[in-house]
Amino acid sequence: MALLIVQLLTGLANAMFLFLVASGLSLIFGVTRIVNFAHGSFYMLAAYLASTLVTALPLGPSSFYAAVILAPLGVALLGGLIEVCLLRRIYRAPALYQLLLTFAVVLVIGDAVKFFWGTENRTGPSPPGLSGSVPILGQLFPTYDLAILLLGPLFALSLWAMLHRTRWGILIRAATSDREMVGALGVNQTWLFTGVFVLGTWLAGLAGALQMPRVALTTVMDSTVIVETFVVVVIGGMGSAFGALLGAVLIGVLQAFGILWLPREFHLAIVFILMAAVLILRPWGLLGRPEAETLPPGGAVGLGAGGRLRAPGWVWAGVLLMAVALPPLLPAYYVWVLVEILALALFAASLQLLVGTGGMLSFGHAAYFGLGAYGAALLMKRAALPMPAAFALAPLVAAAAALLFGAFCVRLSGVYFAMLTLAFAQIAFAIVHQWYDFTGGDNGILGVWPSASLATPVRYYTLALLAAAVGLGFLWRVTGSPFGYTLRAARDHPRRCQAIGVNLRAHRLLAFGVAGLCAGLGGAIFAFSKGSVFPDYLSMPMSVQSLVMVLIGGIHALAGASVGAAVYKLLDIVITKYTGYWQAVLGGVLACLVVAFPHGLVGFVQARWTRMRTSLG
Amino acid sequence: MLDVTDLDAYYGLSHILFGVCLRASRGEVVALLGRNGAGKSTTLKAIMGLVPPARGRVIFRGEDITGKAPHVVCRKGIGFVPEDRRIFPDLTVWENLEVGRSAEGNGERRWTAERAFELFPALKELARRRGDSLSGGEQQMLAIARTLMGNPDLLLLDEPSEGLAPLVVRVMAEHILGLKRAGITILLSEQNLQFATRVSDRAYILEKGRIQYEGGMAELCADAEVRRRYLMV
Amino acid sequence: MVETPLLEVRDVWKAFGGVQAVAGVSLTLPRGEVRALIGPNGAGKTTLLNLLTGQLACDGGVVLFKRERISGLPPERIWRRGISRTFQVTATFASLTVLENVQVAILSHQGRSRDLFSRTGRLAREAALDFLKRVGLEDQAENVCASLSFGDLKRLELAIALANEPELLVLDEPTAGMAPQERMDLMALAVTIVRDRAVSVLFTEHDMDVVFAAAERIMVLHQGRVIAEGTPRAVRDDPQVQAIYLGGLG
Repeated sequence: MALLIVQLLTGLANAMFLFLVASGLSLIFGVTRIVNFAHGSFYMLAAYLASTLVTALPLGPSSFYAAVILAPLGVALLGGLIEVCLLRRIYRAPALYQLLLTFAVVLVIGDAVKFFWGTENRTGPSPPGLSGSVPILGQLFPTYDLAILLLGPLFALSLWAMLHRTRWGILIRAATSDREMVGALGVNQTWLFTGVFVLGTWLAGLAGALQMPRVALTTVMDSTVIVETFVVVVIGGMGSAFGALLGAVLIGVLQAFGILWLPREFHLAIVFILMAAVLILRPWGLLGRPEAETLPPGGAVGLGAGGRLRAPGWVWAGVLLMAVALPPLLPAYYVWVLVEILALALFAASLQLLVGTGGMLSFGHAAYFGLGAYGAALLMKRAALPMPAAFALAPLVAAAAALLFGAFCVRLSGVYFAMLTLAFAQIAFAIVHQWYDFTGGDNGILGVWPSASLATPVRYYTLALLAAAVGLGFLWRVTGSPFGYTLRAARDHPRRCQAIGVNLRAHRLLAFGVAGLCAGLGGAIFAFSKGSVFPDYLSMPMSVQSLVMVLIGGIHALAGASVGAAVYKLLDIVITKYTGYWQAVLGGVLACLVVAFPHGLVGFVQARWTRMRTSLG
Repeated sequence: MLDVTDLDAYYGLSHILFGVCLRASRGEVVALLGRNGAGKSTTLKAIMGLVPPARGRVIFRGEDITGKAPHVVCRKGIGFVPEDRRIFPDLTVWENLEVGRSAEGNGERRWTAERAFELFPALKELARRRGDSLSGGEQQMLAIARTLMGNPDLLLLDEPSEGLAPLVVRVMAEHILGLKRAGITILLSEQNLQFATRVSDRAYILEKGRIQYEGGMAELCADAEVRRRYLMV
Repeated sequence: MVETPLLEVRDVWKAFGGVQAVAGVSLTLPRGEVRALIGPNGAGKTTLLNLLTGQLACDGGVVLFKRERISGLPPERIWRRGISRTFQVTATFASLTVLENVQVAILSHQGRSRDLFSRTGRLAREAALDFLKRVGLEDQAENVCASLSFGDLKRLELAIALANEPELLVLDEPTAGMAPQERMDLMALAVTIVRDRAVSVLFTEHDMDVVFAAAERIMVLHQGRVIAEGTPRAVRDDPQVQAIYLGGLG
């Protein structure tokens, strides 16, 4: 009994941190309609900043408390700067670009933290006066956690009072339900948005600074916390501060007891299973409201120039010739790079079918790539199939998962669709990560090599090239088929499309299956080229990477995805040679792309090409 | 006070307004009549900056406010009450008023919640009720009161009588005359000719995005031919 | 013997929140009739159309089409029974060409929308061009939809709606947003096309000139109820209609 109560208290203490972060995210979403991936980065930054301030400030024991107050303010200031310089430009852009821009901020802050603080884990100092433990029913409970438990409700109450008792809070709530009307009543939205962003960032920073003495500071804190925060706000309802409280308490307590009662394999997955269940039963969260705003044409993705690249035949012939003739002349390392590009091209092109052609903003596409890789490894290692058979069957594993997850996802749209795809990917990730007996957990599966006859770089490259040609050819064929056109029609105008006899869900599910199949093929190519598989292949950064490749190439051209994959991989290689901060550079590139070339490189070239041809006659 | 010349406006691709010209002088109540889809709402929204005008000018008190952001237009002294009222559903009546409150302008005639409750006594009892629990007539009163809190000199009312029961329409007409007595200039769009006749001094008839008729309200009532042609009465 | 009506609506209801948008509407529409549905803003016209074509589900009542119940079916299955429609806000597929817009609809009608392998280019091309000819858009076939003028978009939407050779065509404000002279042309075109094939039409419209020129009968909706139905002349002279819809000077 005592153990249970202490466990409950621990869960609630964790919930308080989640609440602080999640309420900030939720407020920002409510007013600006931006899902801010960078929210976890501000949390991380504040934790590191606070740990440095504690030692740097000449205030003796009270420097801890000064640091906890100052760090969030510093982070909030940075948040304000980012809102004014970057986000302000994209409030009317499609959701995809908004998400990618905030993800660019994630990459830059992540590398900034590595640059200033290094990659070693750090432990924060213990809080003067609150270190040690107090006995509760015979069990020891950290004094600091107890203090947090007392502070938590105070914060919740202050937030409530701010939202209900101050003019500014009332404006925030009004803007959450009808931004335009608030403007027509004389409120300058620009500054309201900036203010809310600063407040939300401050809340994330406060949580990070307060968390500093409790946990090890690591450079992956940002992604851990953002994923949990998404779960909390999605369960509670995007835009509802009290939904955030409810979600945080649910998740905090569930995790605390999950650790006690559930088998290890479920620890990571449990919160995502809860999230998926909530989204399926109540797609807008427990306390949220259904999205009243109708999406602009093109939905979350936005309409570009339309995918009409007619590259001259010699371009294709040249590419093909080089792909066949060049590799035998290259050093082995570069042949493996080419193999990886082929795998990534399939991965990106399959996502392009969903996002570009289908208008379905998937944030969990790595699940199918990763399950293809794991499918190949498991079929070979556990089912003892010969390598070629494992290679050929692996895509089916991914396609099956895509159809299963897709069946739930296609019921939602917009941001909630993105969140549910993310949730399923995280469930798959968590299972692979923790099912040591079957998947090897985070040790991965080693020794996944091609069979002897395919083991030289050039031979494996040839297999990869063939497989990629089949996969990309299939995707190209699908894009130009009646199904592909119907999918585009469903993206352009779902209601109109239904009113010409199209069952939207069935078509979208089919697209999921096709995309899963091709992503899985990419995963299989990838697995045998690396000789091992790891849970990272299914992780959120991997999903985002695929979106970045698609965006670099331009979301409306199938060829763009391959170009994007190649450019991405080559940038990776080149930049890594000169700097260890490749992520930061990528973030910068991404931010420029979103702000300057929203139609991607291929889209850009395409527009130029069309203009040139029309001007020539 | 308000001088609109040659206004063209589009909604997406559809051309709604074709060279609309109208004016309103200080203290007047001007009605904009016409059937559904004639462009009445769009005219008001274009003045307010909610729909960017493609052509033409909106001059308010000698200042060109064409295409300015809605909050800027509002701060110049123009208040807008939309057709669907757009009450904030999660906010209480008092909070709805608070959103509209402005610290600027109109010194001695500044609106407060108390003054709004004097004008609409029914709202006072409801001050703590949520916006979405109000009836249509209550919402209409709240929407007007909320806009008054910004101390406007010119009020744009989009179909104030729409969807209200006949008795409530009569009350609403009294309220509008009350606002006129308080010195506020009003431009309202209406389909209900009877209501418009009761409250307005002058009228414009809008048809298919063009002003087709302009004149005093009394003349309009007397002119059966115009009524039949444009209003089908 | 009385011919069975094409469409029969029996006591249909629909509420949003506390607002009763459609309150017990019944109607019968014979084959080949062109009927207008008019009424003030918020009378429930669009809601009623959405109930007929499945975009909304009825709270109560039945909709029969060729004697079979269609209420409760999703929009795509109602379309397959032979009811097609256009929307108040023009609804076309902006990134496709004019021709492709119609092709997609025809291919769906042919049950080929899940064909993964054929090339769309040549499929149903002649049939699609034929529909475009009927609405006078054949010159625009290869243009991307987004570059069309508003009037042409309205024509395109009509062509899309004809792609399944419907027996009932539902038009929600087909001429809204068009320049006055275009309106009569478009509606005249629609009427000519349907007359050829004895298609029934149910349309809402605010432009009374269009209504009186095109409709054989008119139904007037007010606060979710039918308050009058009859020939254009009878409706125009109905004192109740005048009081409620056409002005209310009284």
